Amino acid sequence: MPKDEFQARDFKIVGTRPLRPDGIDKVTGKARYGADVTAPGMLWGAVLRSPHAHARIVSIDTSAAEAMKGVKAVITRADFTYQPDDPGLADVLDNCMAGEKARYDGHAVAAVAATSKKIAHDALDAIKVEYEVLAHVTDVDEAMKPDAPVIEAGRQQENVPAGLSENVTSRSKYGHGDPEAGFSQADLVIERSFTTAATHQGYIEPHACLATLGADGQGDLWVCTQGHYMVRNTCAGLLGLDAGMLRVTASEIGGGFGGKTHVWIEPVALMLSRKAGKPVKLVMSRDEVFRATGPTASSSIDVKIGMKKDGTITGATATYRLQAGAYPGAIAFLSAMCGFAPYDLENVRTEGFEVMTNRPKAAAYRAPGAPMAAYPVESVIDELCQKLDLDPLETRLKNAADEGTKSAYGPTYPAIGLKATLKAAQSHPHWTAPLGENQGRGVACGFWFNFGGDTCVSLMVNPDGTVSLSEGNPDIGGSRASMSMMAAEELGVPLDQVRTIIADTASLGQNEVTDGSRVTFAVGLATIKAARHAIEIMKERAAMTWGIDPEAVDWHDGAAHPAGPNAGKFPPMTIKEIAAIASNTGGPIAGHHEVNAEGAGVSFATHMVDTEVDPETGAVKVLRYTVFQDAGKAVHPDYVEGQFQGGAAQGIGWAINEEYIYGEDGRLQNPGFLDYRVPVASDLPMIEPVILEIPNPGHPYGVRGVGETSIVPPLAAIANAVSRAAGVRLTSLPMSPPRVLAALKGQ
Amino acid sequence: MSQIHVTATINGDETEFLCDPTETLLDVLRDHLDLTGSKEGCGSGDCGACSIILDGRLVCSCLVLAAEAEGRSVETIEGMAEGDKLHPLQEKFIEHAALQCGICTPGILVAAKNLLERNPNPSEEEVRYWLAGNLCRCTGYDKIIRAVMDTAAEMRGAA
Amino acid sequence: MRFETPTTVDEAVRLLSDDPEARILAGGTDLLVRLRARQVAPSAVIDVKRIAEMTVITREEGGWRIGAAVPSAEMNEMSDLCADWPGVMEAADLIGSTQIQGRATMAGNLCNASPAADSVPAMVAAGAVARIAGPSGTRDVAVEDIPTGPGQTSLKPGELITSIFLPVKPAMSGDAYLRFIPRTEMDIAVVGVGVHVTLDDQGKISAARVALGAVAPTVILSQSCADALIGTPGDDAALDALAAAATEEATPIDDKRGTVAFRKDIAGVLARRTAKIAIARAKGDA
Repeated sequence: MPKDEFQARDFKIVGTRPLRPDGIDKVTGKARYGADVTAPGMLWGAVLRSPHAHARIVSIDTSAAEAMKGVKAVITRADFTYQPDDPGLADVLDNCMAGEKARYDGHAVAAVAATSKKIAHDALDAIKVEYEVLAHVTDVDEAMKPDAPVIEAGRQQENVPAGLSENVTSRSKYGHGDPEAGFSQADLVIERSFTTAATHQGYIEPHACLATLGADGQGDLWVCTQGHYMVRNTCAGLLGLDAGMLRVTASEIGGGFGGKTHVWIEPVALMLSRKAGKPVKLVMSRDEVFRATGPTASSSIDVKIGMKKDGTITGATATYRLQAGAYPGAIAFLSAMCGFAPYDLENVRTEGFEVMTNRPKAAAYRAPGAPMAAYPVESVIDELCQKLDLDPLETRLKNAADEGTKSAYGPTYPAIGLKATLKAAQSHPHWTAPLGENQGRGVACGFWFNFGGDTCVSLMVNPDGTVSLSEGNPDIGGSRASMSMMAAEELGVPLDQVRTIIADTASLGQNEVTDGSRVTFAVGLATIKAARHAIEIMKERAAMTWGIDPEAVDWHDGAAHPAGPNAGKFPPMTIKEIAAIASNTGGPIAGHHEVNAEGAGVSFATHMVDTEVDPETGAVKVLRYTVFQDAGKAVHPDYVEGQFQGGAAQGIGWAINEEYIYGEDGRLQNPGFLDYRVPVASDLPMIEPVILEIPNPGHPYGVRGVGETSIVPPLAAIANAVSRAAGVRLTSLPMSPPRVLAALKGQ
Repeated sequence: MSQIHVTATINGDETEFLCDPTETLLDVLRDHLDLTGSKEGCGSGDCGACSIILDGRLVCSCLVLAAEAEGRSVETIEGMAEGDKLHPLQEKFIEHAALQCGICTPGILVAAKNLLERNPNPSEEEVRYWLAGNLCRCTGYDKIIRAVMDTAAEMRGAA
Repeated sequence: MRFETPTTVDEAVRLLSDDPEARILAGGTDLLVRLRARQVAPSAVIDVKRIAEMTVITREEGGWRIGAAVPSAEMNEMSDLCADWPGVMEAADLIGSTQIQGRATMAGNLCNASPAADSVPAMVAAGAVARIAGPSGTRDVAVEDIPTGPGQTSLKPGELITSIFLPVKPAMSGDAYLRFIPRTEMDIAVVGVGVHVTLDDQGKISAARVALGAVAPTVILSQSCADALIGTPGDDAALDALAAAATEEATPIDDKRGTVAFRKDIAGVLARRTAKIAIARAKGDA
């Protein structure tokens, strides 16, 4: 159980909508992203990638490339002479630069650094790779069959049942009670199988970095990433460097959504730089982003749910088979945990299988594992409601988890907001708005854990009383604004007196990646604690000035005050006044806080969507969309709304049109924004955000993460809306026009 | 290989550069002229992050050869504000929180400016279709559309 | 790679004749994508946008001569042209985004010879004619005779298209183009249909041209589709027959953008919807 950090209070700054501090740089083109910097003497890097889905690398001849004018370094796996002990790191290295085998279309096999982009690419053409093409498998169900081509033998854990291919690397199980007994109590049991396609995070900024690494082992890396400490630690581990010798600076980041929580080109750029003795800039093309960086897993799922006529769920099971790509994965266990998390169930069992295939290694994508976990569950619940003539919101409310519920994945919930979102949905005008011909309304719920983790914040009170806040998590959606707001709130100073920056890895202690919706919660918590630390110091300084006991000093409204009449009669000392004399009262004033933050409150959402299905073409149009989500406390409501809207839009894409399409040859057929169809502006309606605030007991202000939950319900919400609009239930994503039309014709 | 000498007007300034014939205008803006506000999201005209105005027309600078710019006028995001005075669209984008990561923002602002110059009173649908070539993966477009509509209304009021 | 900027058609023809590996650059929206992806490596790029006659739209014999370097956006700003051939203009307006519109040309769309090119079925339905300049002079060729297969054209070495001619719009006629794509914008047509119909005094269809895109290696100018309309008032029965004919005529492939069955179905659906618009326009109702 989380510590009870939350204290109710009236906020002055938190909950308002100030202008973001990085706004002007970003609307004028001044903000510097991964590919926007240069260094003196800089070279351009480029990566050669496998055209085969699965092939043994017989030989690589780089001599012609090395002989080219302007080529300064050519590297292959042979240059990575340091062997990481950790098997996870060994996988990362092999993914960044293929060793014995190319395991997927797009797998890096060599890289060059040259004096121009053009020469670098010409040099790639001059590298001769001899491949022995191997049988491949890209489909998760095919990859599980005992006779499937094996990506890598010897990786299967003992918990995998016999009779499955070695591609199945592990199985996880969750749940409680006796589902079979539960099914026997049900009035209706529905069992269905589903599939979802792999989708890409689709950030608009391709991966980019600028690396400098000297023969002395000292290096600097500028990189767009969700976690520069992760980049530092991983690169140091892969290259045998001391982490302290490698300084990593996070650029502005042009989207990540989980896809920038890993390394791909960074160790390659460092190695090129070391070999060439010069800085190397390495920027991925869009084609490389799609072929080689992490999409999410595709999946194949069986769900069985029993329900009574009154809507009570009596038993539930789910089996999740997730296609993890070319290395052992770790997403299916999250699916198995998330699928039934919104419900209070007596009898529930889930299992998850991680399956290797000849595809890029699956990466985190916004609530990894949860959207494909919720989609089949929420679809079957909706079908039960249709067949038992039950109201889908009322039925969910009847089964909804609440404070004290033992979750389907184990822990017992503290105060949570699921019921609040469902009730808000029931009373919203959207729920009762009329629908036209070929239109249908769907609802679905979603869950995400939210993370905490290692966090450091340093808060400096400058000599003029302004405040500089250093945090170590790349700002991906407005977190500098939120941190400044929380610091100003706690200190009692105007917001414009605080400026937050993202420190490099040499300037602040270890920070977990910007993931798991952790930043506003964990960094916010550390920011508040760092402010409290600084306040304690300032109280001491005031006490010293007044000649009273520090315990007799209060802090509010940005100033130290005598705690009461007994403390003495002194005019308040403002932060400016205390800062001005700091040198004479003990030196500079700074607060800091280092923590492995616990108590990230779980988050729930309910989504409601209207769709229209063209009965002649199968085209699905999204007409209206409303998101109801618990934010705990919305620090900056604009950016909370932005997370709700952005997650919903990505979920809409996943539901309707986005998919990785592999050919018979195992090559990706749509590695570009033309045929990997993310929603465009004309595809979407306005997305109405409704913020609920059920305080998280684990945060001083009640904050919960909000970034990820919003992508969890849309897949099912749209499937349910399509089902009600078209009278057919689709069990495969995406619900692209050919699939919908085929389903309509199969009626 | 011989470089081509090009003279173009960029954000009002006559600018000379040398380029390889295969280089795009985006390459030259970013790599030679240090105008990195135009972004390369795809290099194939599918994302709009490199949007610029070429002789008054909205184009993707990744689909223009740099050599084509000879004698032409180029407007980029760097030319949108006048000194420290932001264009109304820039103001409204900050005010409406119409950006999250901000990578698509320069392209969208350039495209929206070109729209409002042609159509001061666009409908929501017209804005959405005009901007369909500018991908944004963060916002779901909602606040972007609102910011453009609000700017249009305010500029009409001010005119 | 050389970059050439001829200012006359003759000069462009000479450059192209002298160098078989040279490529014409008009809007560049296809060529630059391929250059970038290193799918093509021409010895020279010949930018035709500095050839005055190729950058203008002129009236000619009641019709419209559209320079081969005129971008779609510019055409769509000419209200008279849009009033005469709304289907062709809408088709051109569907080629890519606003940004692409600022560069893409119909002639380029035609020469790129994609079976899914949006403007081509509309031009074919309208009876558009391409003017070709080459070493042996100038010739006019019906648009439907330009593409010979995916990426292949009937242009001979040294030849380039200098303009597209849209004939005088017959009285009581109307054209339309619709395509189907998975999104609302930014996709390649899964199926595209161009229809041009002319009505007689009784309101019956006296002439029709129906062109189907993305359902065969080249755009199909379908006689059976036209026959389904000719002599009818364009009623439901005629439209049913048209839809059936379009589905029958379509010989598509399965690919990442659609299946054979889906494309055949959609060809029928779109033929019906497009014809309805064209007929309404011919009647002056739209």
